[in-house]
Amino acid sequence: MRSEILVLDYGLGNVASVLNMLHHIGARARLSKAAEDVAKADKLILPGVGHFDAGMRALSGSGLRDPLQQAVFERGARLLGICLGMQLLFESSDEGVSVGLGFLPGRVRRFDVEGRGLRVPHMGWAVVYPTKPGSLFDLSAPEQRFYFVHSFHAVCERPDDVAATANHGDTFTAAVERNNIAGVQFHPEKSHRFGMALLSRFAEAA
Amino acid sequence: MLRARVIPCLLLDGVGLVKTTRFRNPSYVGDPINALRIFNEKEVDELILLDIGASRVGTEPQFDLIRSIVSEAFMPVAYGGGISSVVQAKRLIATGVEKVIVNSAALRYPDLIGALSREIGASSTVAAIDVGRDPSGGYRLFNPAQRRLTDIDPQAQARRAVAAGAGEIFINDVDRDGTGDGYDLDLIKQIALTVSVPAIICGGAGQLSDLKLAVNSGAAAVAAGSMFVYIGKHRAVMINYPKYEKLRELLSDD
Repeated sequence: MRSEILVLDYGLGNVASVLNMLHHIGARARLSKAAEDVAKADKLILPGVGHFDAGMRALSGSGLRDPLQQAVFERGARLLGICLGMQLLFESSDEGVSVGLGFLPGRVRRFDVEGRGLRVPHMGWAVVYPTKPGSLFDLSAPEQRFYFVHSFHAVCERPDDVAATANHGDTFTAAVERNNIAGVQFHPEKSHRFGMALLSRFAEAA
Repeated sequence: MLRARVIPCLLLDGVGLVKTTRFRNPSYVGDPINALRIFNEKEVDELILLDIGASRVGTEPQFDLIRSIVSEAFMPVAYGGGISSVVQAKRLIATGVEKVIVNSAALRYPDLIGALSREIGASSTVAAIDVGRDPSGGYRLFNPAQRRLTDIDPQAQARRAVAAGAGEIFINDVDRDGTGDGYDLDLIKQIALTVSVPAIICGGAGQLSDLKLAVNSGAAAVAAGSMFVYIGKHRAVMINYPKYEKLRELLSDD
């Protein structure tokens, strides 16, 4: 019996598209900004689009930061951070001055594109390479691609927290997973069947 | 590495999809929700939806219709037409639109692009530049609300828009629209190569090789209307889009 997925409504992120895809794949999912819902949830999605500082401010201001920490660390709820939501899992970011959630050790860094003929933001479809077995990617699937739009990328302190990579000049971390905590830099809700496959796996994971 | 994006550009007029030629004579091509479903099945990279009716008459975006259309899309949709405020843009983003496109409102309100960019992010703020030509062939900005050529240099307008915070430029070629004569590669070079953000070109695509030429001239993304809604020399209406493998072969660096 799959648990209901709670999508955190803290004011940032394209929640309509995330919910739309979750409902489309038949997952039980709803949006909530209530601390009690977050504290009791077994599966959570932290969406997010925008500035790191705005994200941390909104999350703290929403009163959901502590219930989220509680759900993830005391109850072992599964968490998936999307885009800015993945970046917030880390300790800090080049983008701003806020302290991140610190759920995963590491820092979010700006893409270094100086004189390399690359554009920032990294915007468009890119192939993603899973690096280890986990709850998000089917390792036997042929080429998987997803839609990215970001100017910063997470650098994990523990290399084996990396679940997938992609390339923008250099290889960068496209997804992370450690125990019940996962994050994807790309937008599964904008990546049609690839996103549906990933969110289905997340929905099915125990 | 990113492959250049290939984007169907759909025009809404009232509740129906239309196609124009040189920005005139809109001709009905079908129901937008149906078209989105088909493009979604075909796994297009991205979609641009422009409400030329709202733009022409000066009305607001049709929020409910847009929400219904966008709920069929599981890829990014950029919407333009009748946006003149941050409140409208935020409402569109909340319904699932990935990026908002502003055109004549940015001419009317010079602070609009900056305000949008600060509020919803540069990567969600697209400045549309409609380009026509004066009698000597020089490029001039076309104002779609007034339906006339201005004295403004499109390249300068594009640079101003980027300086104000636009994360992308959408170049729409008024004279090549609906003709299938190919993109104007000089226009692409003039604008795409002078701004630091991605530039999308639209207007004139007739065949796959046109897409490659545009990318080689500096377009980060190529958009087309007629090419993806009509087929054959009698222009029968049929939604079409090249297969991923075909596009990868055509547009990848390797």
